[in-house]
Amino acid sequence: MHIINFDRAGGRSPAMGAPYESTRNNARIRGGRGFRAKKFDAITAVDNVDLNIKKGEVFALLGASGCGKTTLLRLLAGFEIPTDGQIVIDGEDMQSIQPYNRPVNMMFQSYALFPHMNVSKNIAFGLKQDRVPRAKIKQRVDELLELVHMKELFNRFPHQLSGGQRQRVALARSLAKSPKLLLLDEPMAALDKKLREQMQLEVVNIIESVGVTCVMVTHDQEEAMTMATRIGVMHDGKLLQTGTPHKVYEYPNCRRTAEFIGTVNTFSGTVIENSADHVIIDAPELNREIYVDHGISGSVGTDIWVAVRPEKMTIDTTPPSGEYNHARGVVEEIAYVGGLSIYHVKTQSGMIIRVTLANVDRLAEGRITWDDEVYLSWQPGAAVVLTW
Amino acid sequence: MSATRRSPLLSVWLLLGYTFLYAPIVILIIFSFNESKLVTVWAGFSTKWYWELFQDRQMLTAAWLSLRLALMSATAAAALGVLAGLVMARFGRFRGHNLFAGMITAPLVMPEVITGLSMLLLFVSMEKVIGWPDGRGLLTLWIAHVTFCAAFVAVVITSRLREMDESIEEAAMDLGAPPFKVFTAITLPIIMPAVAAGWLLAFTLSLDDLVISSFVAGPGATTLPMKVFSSVRLGASPKINALATIVVLFVSLCAVGAGILMFRTERQRKFEIQAAMRDTD
Repeated sequence: MHIINFDRAGGRSPAMGAPYESTRNNARIRGGRGFRAKKFDAITAVDNVDLNIKKGEVFALLGASGCGKTTLLRLLAGFEIPTDGQIVIDGEDMQSIQPYNRPVNMMFQSYALFPHMNVSKNIAFGLKQDRVPRAKIKQRVDELLELVHMKELFNRFPHQLSGGQRQRVALARSLAKSPKLLLLDEPMAALDKKLREQMQLEVVNIIESVGVTCVMVTHDQEEAMTMATRIGVMHDGKLLQTGTPHKVYEYPNCRRTAEFIGTVNTFSGTVIENSADHVIIDAPELNREIYVDHGISGSVGTDIWVAVRPEKMTIDTTPPSGEYNHARGVVEEIAYVGGLSIYHVKTQSGMIIRVTLANVDRLAEGRITWDDEVYLSWQPGAAVVLTW
Repeated sequence: MSATRRSPLLSVWLLLGYTFLYAPIVILIIFSFNESKLVTVWAGFSTKWYWELFQDRQMLTAAWLSLRLALMSATAAAALGVLAGLVMARFGRFRGHNLFAGMITAPLVMPEVITGLSMLLLFVSMEKVIGWPDGRGLLTLWIAHVTFCAAFVAVVITSRLREMDESIEEAAMDLGAPPFKVFTAITLPIIMPAVAAGWLLAFTLSLDDLVISSFVAGPGATTLPMKVFSSVRLGASPKINALATIVVLFVSLCAVGAGILMFRTERQRKFEIQAAMRDTD
């Protein structure tokens, strides 16, 4: 069984400026409907995905290349036909609906602007297919040009535009028909780093001002966290976890998610004490026990992993008090990246633990340096227990 | 300028190469202005062979036939070639894809004698069985030319379609254009330069085809290459030199014109791209 689902609350999302808040707050997940996946000969590209997108949200599908996220997007657009399952958009089953009849528009990774049409004609193309009266088309195109700040460049051709400008046009074109669902395929991949950060915020602002429901695909976790209200982490065609950026980062539900979103130190261990308010885990890699301040569902003796983010550890030259949650090691590597320094500390068991420290002071005197013997420690609330 | 030191020998080789390629044509042009009736003996400057050429009704009829035939063949071949290219580049891997691709390009490597002979056999037996085509003439020439020209156009179009970003077509479909509309509004305008190139290729191929034409032409339909070939067999006349000079002139004018046009648009394009990069956002 392969499932995706769309929330069907409210009417279709209104055009720019119109109120959408009410439907947005009411939107909730409605489960149940079956969906379909795509099988490439022997490989299942999207497998057993069950997903609800809420009205007005920006949902990011995040995963390494080849994880099936783009296939999922193309299934929504109608370019791929699923072998099994169902796609429902605003209450309407998309099974037999051709891509050119779906209330879905996509912004392509390459932007796919029509090279033989100028900016205005590119934006007007979709409206023309719907036989919208000419005066209405002009009005809508002007509106969109205003929205994406491209008013002066309306008669330029795509090759006469810079990367950022092309993206604005592509965005305007995909918003022109006020789709119920906007798809963004790796929206920032064609831009350089500086421009990317600027456009991420700008694109999100535009999408939010229009109030369109949006599904985007990216392999860049920072981009997903900046732009999306919710993230879905994909691996091997399966959806591992969905949630707000904060939730996915702070409470990953499995090792893959924890390792894919940001960096993390994972210690394998065995549960030796489990009660409602705490767990004690024996971690042979640390020669010490780990204390976590919440109970877990596994019983004593279960093999589990404990994940601690590098920024949640402290590094010191004096041994910390207390029995749990620390490790002793030698600084093997320091990477200075400006705002942060990343310390690689090697424990006696040979494991490398990463710790980041914010460079608050400008002077580096008295700092911990290479080959220093140090103690790492963290709070009981900083660790996350992962069972798979 | 770059300071790469070039061996003077390299220039000599280049000169030799060009001489090898173009000396025969230059000699031909010079001898078209020869006074003498003998092709190889120079007897002073004259344009009389040009005048004689324009008096030769048979030659002019053949030229007119060839021109019409080339126009018709190129147009039909372009249409068929675009269809074949679309099937090869856009319809995925359907059953028999490789067979189709092989068969489309087979006429490129097939010896012309075989193509011509098999065409002749086909036309003769069709006439016997269904009574069509009635005799051999412009129609049979046209069918035969379209057959081999379409293969060349298909190759040009396929490679253009393969390098074209398919997401442009998907974007058009995504915005509400059904497949046929996508083709007419998006694909065709974008591949138009390739279609034009394929058309020109087919035009020149049809214009100078001799072997296949000889098989499928009837008594009333003699193309220019056939006429030239038969008259040369009776002894080379300086008239042919004059005709060749006109053809060379015509072709080089077309080539130079197209070259200048392309160079200008490309320079304009580069300039605009640079301008767009300068006022980035």
